[in-house]
Amino acid sequence: MILGKIQVAPAVKRGDAFEVKVLIQHPMETGFRRDLDGHAIALNIVDKLWCTYGGSEVFRAELGSGVSANPYVTFFVLAGESGELAVSWTDDRGQQGRATATVSVA
Amino acid sequence: MRRRVFFSLACAALGSRALPSAAQKFQPPQDITPMILEITGGVLPEKGGVEVELPLIVENGNAVPLRIRVQSPMTARDHVKAIHVFAERNPRPKVASFHLGPRSGRAEIFARVRLAGTQTVTVLAEFSDGSFRIGPRDVLVTSAACMDEASL
Repeated sequence: MILGKIQVAPAVKRGDAFEVKVLIQHPMETGFRRDLDGHAIALNIVDKLWCTYGGSEVFRAELGSGVSANPYVTFFVLAGESGELAVSWTDDRGQQGRATATVSVA
Repeated sequence: MRRRVFFSLACAALGSRALPSAAQKFQPPQDITPMILEITGGVLPEKGGVEVELPLIVENGNAVPLRIRVQSPMTARDHVKAIHVFAERNPRPKVASFHLGPRSGRAEIFARVRLAGTQTVTVLAEFSDGSFRIGPRDVLVTSAACMDEASL
């Protein structure tokens, strides 16, 4: 389980684009670093992130080792119906994480 | 006199060669054109319409705030399909790809990225009609990410 959280505005107007902020707790190891004994630290990154809203995917991202540790990504989603917005992510070792928020459309 | 000339020449040679080239040897800029051509299908995209917001001087390359805005109405017929980010001096130049659609409402992305040195960050936007635009942006990095490998 990879921890993370998302944030959306408490209320949005129908037809407006609202920002979704995603913060994931992950070292995003590049595979280029070495530990104190000089051994290479294996690559370990959150490489996939996707967002579903209203039953379908609205945003997807493929991240590389060029994304900072504890990735913070924001994007916009068009407000349609009130409902659940879910952001999920996986790392290259198959570990998963998910966070949800309730979107209330006025 | 000859010794003085020799020393000044030697210092000039060392100074001009050893220091800057050692710094550049760490991670030379790579040619990212093939990566762009692979996505666009052999077409070199035009500049414009892609706004890349980065700090003028980055003091820590490990977490650089990057905001991308692409001019697009984001309707079902005309929207941004994808945004790709490349950093030419990173060991892996492809930083991230973001896939959007008409339900994004706005073609704007924020992320924190790693930059291994002063370089040009290139953002490639892919539109629904099959066209592409790029937004190159120069950035000055005083302390690069991945400093560990520099000493190896």
